[in-house]
Amino acid sequence: MPSRRQFLLSGIEGISGAWVAAHWPAALAAAQHAHLVKQSGIAASFEFFSPEMAVEVESIAARIIPTDETPGAREAGVVYFIDRALVTFAKEDRTLYAQGIADVQAKTREMFPGVERFSAASQDQQDKILRALDDNVVSKARPFVARPAPQSFFETVRQHTLLGFLIDPDSDRHGNRGGIGWHVIGRERDHMFQPAFGHYDKDYPGWQPDSPAPQTK
Amino acid sequence: MTTAQIKYQDSDEVDFVIVGSGAAGGVLAKALSTNGFRVVVLEQGPYLRQSDLVHDEIKVLQEDLLTNHPVLQPGTFRKTAQEKAIPQRVAAYGRCVGGTSVHFTANYWRFHEIDFVERSRVGAIPGTGLADWPISYADLEPYYTKVEWEIGVSGLAGSSPFDPPRTKAYPMPPLPVKSSGVIFERGARKLGWHPYPAPMAILSQPRSGRSACVHCGFCYGFGCEVGAKSSALASVIPMAERTGRCEIRPNAYVHRIEVDATGRVIGAAYFDEHKKTHLQRAKAVIVSANGAETPRLLLLSASKHFPDGLANSSGLVGKYLMFNTSARSVGLFEEPLNDYKGFATSRVLHDFYELDARKVGFYGGGGLDARFDYTPYFFAMTGLPPDTPRWGQGLKRDLSHNFVRTMEIHSGGTSLPLETNSFSLDPNLKDAWGLPALRLTYKDHPDDVKSIHWLNDRAMDIFDAAGAVKKWSRPISEQQFGVHLLGTCRMGDDPKTSVINPDHRAHDVKNLFLCDGSSLVTSGRGQPTMTIQALAYRAADRITALAKRGDLAS
Repeated sequence: MPSRRQFLLSGIEGISGAWVAAHWPAALAAAQHAHLVKQSGIAASFEFFSPEMAVEVESIAARIIPTDETPGAREAGVVYFIDRALVTFAKEDRTLYAQGIADVQAKTREMFPGVERFSAASQDQQDKILRALDDNVVSKARPFVARPAPQSFFETVRQHTLLGFLIDPDSDRHGNRGGIGWHVIGRERDHMFQPAFGHYDKDYPGWQPDSPAPQTK
Repeated sequence: MTTAQIKYQDSDEVDFVIVGSGAAGGVLAKALSTNGFRVVVLEQGPYLRQSDLVHDEIKVLQEDLLTNHPVLQPGTFRKTAQEKAIPQRVAAYGRCVGGTSVHFTANYWRFHEIDFVERSRVGAIPGTGLADWPISYADLEPYYTKVEWEIGVSGLAGSSPFDPPRTKAYPMPPLPVKSSGVIFERGARKLGWHPYPAPMAILSQPRSGRSACVHCGFCYGFGCEVGAKSSALASVIPMAERTGRCEIRPNAYVHRIEVDATGRVIGAAYFDEHKKTHLQRAKAVIVSANGAETPRLLLLSASKHFPDGLANSSGLVGKYLMFNTSARSVGLFEEPLNDYKGFATSRVLHDFYELDARKVGFYGGGGLDARFDYTPYFFAMTGLPPDTPRWGQGLKRDLSHNFVRTMEIHSGGTSLPLETNSFSLDPNLKDAWGLPALRLTYKDHPDDVKSIHWLNDRAMDIFDAAGAVKKWSRPISEQQFGVHLLGTCRMGDDPKTSVINPDHRAHDVKNLFLCDGSSLVTSGRGQPTMTIQALAYRAADRITALAKRGDLAS
């Protein structure tokens, strides 16, 4: 049986929901928060989330980008990024989060009677809950394309999780802690590079003129 | 470098007011102030410095640090005039000193000779306004060269057998090849095609006190924090200011061009940052506000003299809008490309610039290029294969594997000029200043759609030839949003069928000039900015000659 601390850090598959339910003290949220704060060295209090909300959102984010042999949303401090987002660029999503968390909890109780919070469900249960909430709307987001129309809570958390995992760690957005997200996808943290850039250009012999243009189109 | 900047009073009648400080306005400001004229440039957006050009995706891409804001400046869209227009973002353009050139990709190929004479070559296409330009490639050639040398374009002359004739080599060698460029080149050559080093408005070597590209990986969509991207902000605007005769006035949103009782332009009325109105007086006004805002401003300037909008006796202001078509195919390769490093594009292909309608069955043509222009977040949102799960371990697996192994081939193609495609004033929706919003009416011509699909199929052929592990195309959808804003005040000899003459002078108003994407008669093949700047250098010469012989006075 892993220690609570190991559990909190690893989030690995295979820990039963029953174990979680049985070992979920009321103080866990605060404890986990304190742990994360200690690990990150950032502000000791959330600006928008209550500790309970934070644990729920972090648990959702951890299913979107799970921790396996490499770190996931949890280790990248995505919940801090989202908390910061909700007092800065995503203020208009506050109601969506407050209502969304309540809806996720209601869905949890409906699907798994006796489990009171999303974060108390097993990973299998969590995935089933999220699948039920995922409206599967393909996002059109891309630079300069029209902002997506109002979207579901799940899609909003999904986008915020990806952004919080992958944003420039040197920005002041409180996301991608330690550059973990970039490390996972293989993006070096620098903002200055010299050739050769990749496998295919490293042995490039230099530009060679080709045959003259054919007349065919 | 730090000379005190000249400031004019609104009541000073300067020689020229230029509306817009982007690719065209910046060049005109530089050229006219160098020629001795007193110039005020009114720019609706802020004056950002290199240190403001950050890599913060939220600030830059979500909060529109560099671009027009969809809430403050909303738009509406409809496919045809019979439909009710619904609110949505319809155009994105740079809203800061330097305009769209601050955040663009910087692909800088020249138009080819065919672009100027296509109507004569292919004949009339019923239902379209396809027309020859009143000027030729030869007329513009010296100005293309001037753009390359003055703003700084990297490239290799003679490397594309399809390139039009040129009088001078590029001032700098091409940027280094990326893995995407090598893959593209190998694949295309296997097929017998002719890829070549991309001409890019990005410095491959230090030049004029500006740094060479440091390959930071935040290029498309972002401003360059080292000044290597040859935006108007980094290149011509500082030259204009150094003449001591040009004032760049930011946060000045022009909402009306004022005329006197004789129908002559007397200046431009604008809101300052406190929404207070001013009138900057000038002997002549040049509008370089882009292909959406230039026609909008003319329509907003309707008056007793010009009831249908300023310079609109033809009724064509805002019409013949062309967006260019575009398609993106994505390829996944076995080894890391690390294509996030550097600028977007290192190889281009023009074998299909001019398709033979008798062989393919439709009018069209275009250019293909190898590129990668994703930030990590936007890659996660849109760069993964269609079968990647949207969340969970499958998403993480593909994201981790693919990010460094993915490239794209972008196809850019022709848009036929259709009178029914337009920007106009929305009768119901207003912007944050109380002015009528942009209304877009747009429907792609069937040949444009066929052409872009055909080009995209060639992109997929290149991926096959290059040995992609996996390849897929982004869906090609009907266009209802544009970044290439072209053709809406077209140039021509006949005042009935065009808005400006070959000197960029409005047919209807002697001291009003229009120069930007709106001036284009045809769309080219997807990279218009180089041509817009060549036109601006040429316009500056023509306007200078007119002014020197006193032809701007009444």
